[in-house]
Amino acid sequence: MQNPEIIPHLFRTEYRKIVSVLCRRFGFDQMETAEDIASDTFLTAAQAWSYKGIPPNPTAWLYSVAKNKAKNHLQRNSIFENKISTEIQTAETYEPEIDLSLQNITDSQLQMMFAICHPAIPPEAQIGLSLRILCGFGIDEVAEAFLTNKETINKRLFRAKEKIRNEKIEIQMPGPAEIDNRLENVLTTIYLLFSEGYYSVSDNQVLRKDLCFEAMRLCHMLIENEGTNKPPVNALLSLMYFHASRFEARTDQNGGLILYEDQDTNLWNYDLIAKGAFYLNLATTGTQLSKYHIEASIAYWHTQKTDSKQKWENILQLYNRLLQIAYSPIAALNRTFALARANSPEEAISEAEKLKLTGNQFYYTLLGELYTGIDNERAKLNFEQALTLIKTPADNTLIQSKIDKLQN
Amino acid sequence: MDEFVLIFRHEDGTKVASPEQIQIWMKQTMDWIGGIAAQNKFVSGTGLPFADAKIVGHGGVVTNGPFGEIKETIGGLITVKAESVEEAVEFAKGCPVLQGDGNTVEVRKVAKNDGVH
Repeated sequence: MQNPEIIPHLFRTEYRKIVSVLCRRFGFDQMETAEDIASDTFLTAAQAWSYKGIPPNPTAWLYSVAKNKAKNHLQRNSIFENKISTEIQTAETYEPEIDLSLQNITDSQLQMMFAICHPAIPPEAQIGLSLRILCGFGIDEVAEAFLTNKETINKRLFRAKEKIRNEKIEIQMPGPAEIDNRLENVLTTIYLLFSEGYYSVSDNQVLRKDLCFEAMRLCHMLIENEGTNKPPVNALLSLMYFHASRFEARTDQNGGLILYEDQDTNLWNYDLIAKGAFYLNLATTGTQLSKYHIEASIAYWHTQKTDSKQKWENILQLYNRLLQIAYSPIAALNRTFALARANSPEEAISEAEKLKLTGNQFYYTLLGELYTGIDNERAKLNFEQALTLIKTPADNTLIQSKIDKLQN
Repeated sequence: MDEFVLIFRHEDGTKVASPEQIQIWMKQTMDWIGGIAAQNKFVSGTGLPFADAKIVGHGGVVTNGPFGEIKETIGGLITVKAESVEEAVEFAKGCPVLQGDGNTVEVRKVAKNDGVH
């Protein structure tokens, strides 16, 4: 009967729903009030349930408590306002309605997503707010995901909320004409959220996976809603499924990174790969070719085990196109690796030298890889250069093992 | 950083080469453009097919052409970013079109909308 896990679990799934609905009802500028009421609801639950046991329908219990607390808040406010502003006399009594129906929860969360991903809010704050408001992460979890402390996160969230107030950002869906523009920003935030989990330097494997699956859940919400079920959204979800399929294979027991080539393919999750293929298929319905389409196609090729020249030629051409519409240093480096496989390492070396990404550890790692077997002395120099730029112990071990291999 | 247009002048490849050879040129062109894009120096570009080409002259006189039989015909162009015309010329030197004897790549600076040019 007593399950100590149930409150943290419900907090993760229900906190965000209550906050979204209340925020939409009160207005974005009263986000703190919405958060306070939601937190207070869970506090009441923790106290009541430890005496009386868990109610038969805990979620409904939480909603009804949240509803009452919200109504009380609104009534208190309206009495206060009516007393101080005596000129305003409304004939009817104020009857606040808090709608915690499934439909309104979904609508509120979607609208919240667009509000948080407003271009006026800096990207880092968008991720922080998303984790807190859309994913129901605790402040300490957000802090751990960012490898920083609670104070920093609190300050960051405070500034973001201030921005929301100053810019008067409203919780509503953009009109059909604007939706594609705003959707782009929402997708960027979702992908950042996913990458934060996938590439994070945090050692907490569970937390990292949670980040990834939360990002996928938000993307699913966009797909289930007709107005936002667009090809790039399906392409992004496909991309995340393909990446997530390698979750178990890409790290060892100590959290060290295992490179794609050294991964045990038996650990790849073929259910997730199939889901990726399913959404990639759905993404090809329009004429629109987004960067997510290209990235998902590249990720698809990486799920193919057999290492053929054809595979790398396809990957190379996809990177050639990706770089034309969305340059990034990592895409430039990956393209050069594909060039080595599809054409020749010599050609890739001369192309790599042109990139001049001298502040990037992966640039030197790539050069080290390309020179290995061609000019081992140069390979070693590049790996050593990479070591000076490295940020995590896991990467350090990886590069050191490459240098050791050269000396054998 | 300025923008430069690289204009390819060459005869119509479909008239002189096999589909397989065209395939190879296509790949080389895509790899060449990908290499420029990997340096974050690619702006835009397009091929210009010889089909449906028309020339509109003085007084609205329309004639067919240009045709792909001569090496002076424009077959495509790309716009790149470069620090100097010398850097743009280095990009142009890698263009696969230049494998054909007599073909050329013309390098031209794009006028800025700054009231000077």
